[in-house]
Amino acid sequence: MIRLGPGPSFLEYLNSDRPDLLPHTTAPAIDVPHATTIVAMTYTDGIVMAGDRRATMGNVIASRHIEKVFETDRYSVVGIAGAAGLAIDIAKLFQVELEHYEKIEGTLLSLEGKANRLASMIRSNLAMAMQGMSVVPLFAGYDTAEAKGRLFSFDITGGLYEEVEHHSIGSGSVFARGALKKLWKKSMAADQAIRVAVEALFDAADDDSATGGPDMVRKLWPVVYTVDATGAHRVPKENLEAIALEIIAERTAEGKEA
Amino acid sequence: MSAQYYVSPEQLMKDRADFARKGIARGRAVIVASCADGIALIAENPSGSLHKIGEIYDRIAFAAVGKYNEFESLRQAGVRYADTRGYSYARQDVTGRGLASVYAQSLGAVFTAEAKPFEVELAVLELGDTPGQDTLFSLNFDGSIAEQPGLIIMGGDTPALRAAWSVAWGEKSLPAASSAEVIRAAATVLPGVVEGSNGAPLLEVAILERVSFMGTHRHFRRLETETIASILTSGE
Repeated sequence: MIRLGPGPSFLEYLNSDRPDLLPHTTAPAIDVPHATTIVAMTYTDGIVMAGDRRATMGNVIASRHIEKVFETDRYSVVGIAGAAGLAIDIAKLFQVELEHYEKIEGTLLSLEGKANRLASMIRSNLAMAMQGMSVVPLFAGYDTAEAKGRLFSFDITGGLYEEVEHHSIGSGSVFARGALKKLWKKSMAADQAIRVAVEALFDAADDDSATGGPDMVRKLWPVVYTVDATGAHRVPKENLEAIALEIIAERTAEGKEA
Repeated sequence: MSAQYYVSPEQLMKDRADFARKGIARGRAVIVASCADGIALIAENPSGSLHKIGEIYDRIAFAAVGKYNEFESLRQAGVRYADTRGYSYARQDVTGRGLASVYAQSLGAVFTAEAKPFEVELAVLELGDTPGQDTLFSLNFDGSIAEQPGLIIMGGDTPALRAAWSVAWGEKSLPAASSAEVIRAAATVLPGVVEGSNGAPLLEVAILERVSFMGTHRHFRRLETETIASILTSGE
């Protein structure tokens, strides 16, 4: 019987040849920085994903600058919530996994194929999730075959669920979800969708202490990506600043207290 | 009991080298040149899916001639090596020199230890900020490695191709030339490629671009047949 090589998966290669490089910790349930709210939604041309900039460790703000949304390849992004160190490692490994497949096979994975790979990575983290080191991503991208944006959520056992219209994860997700239900409209343009994402994060930060709002002092705004037929694009800081300031001005003018 | 004949090490190595050389000369050629806007890789290859040129990492590319199954396994091993390095250290720690030396070691080991040497010749190219900083390594079936200044021609009838190239290219400066000029010159030199846009399907072309096309960390771009055709027909 012919023994085939490790195939196009970087993860399987590491599993067989270099397991020491896999994201892994033997630490018991300890306090580690946690990343929080991610929102994503579809719009006419694709998807928008946004994440706040805060990581918390108990009641302490561990980081104000953390970035939790990553461009994983030309047509997809991933946002992560949960144990920050492990989550960033998994996102990094996932980026290499997709690029590795593309180089070995000479073609891009389908969007569903990418989501399935990510699901199996989360599944292999289950033992650590049971100790409190859970990582839950939100995956979104542009499906070139179906010519539309799609969203996928996961649970800690690696369950993969396709979401429609919009979705949010992390500690502030319930509040963001409430905002999205009111703000999301069918057939929005990219700039509208970006604004909705920033506003949903604003609402999440308003009620969840682990989610960071726009930081006027340090000029810190959420990380926002759009993905459409032309690829993944990071929304420039200047645009986000303008949107955040606009939202703050509107809310100030309304003068609501709760 | 069968008698073991004595074969001198010189004869053994010579036989193996002759065997590998013959295999390589049967194949079609590849031309790699470092020019102003990047490193152009041009192969005579009528197949659109069995590639002789490949992306290894952000600024590193691979080109090969010889037996497909042998260089394909080397290419995949190279991608694994580069991705593992980049993942465990950092992206800038993956270098062409490191990869070329790993290839040299494995080719050398196969040449002396295995039943049959690899019938391949490889080029490992690393893009610099200027043509002067590009590094082009050529590797032989026996693991010998050399750094080439600006141009690699390998496979096929190499001496004849070199002569044809110096006639076609003349005294022009490679570092000042554009990749399109190099691609057009290479198309005239490669023996099986017909003139004009009909030659495009017979060519496999990729560029390690100095300014990345997608604006990402990956500088390797494979050209579509239509793009190659428009390059071949323009500037005539």
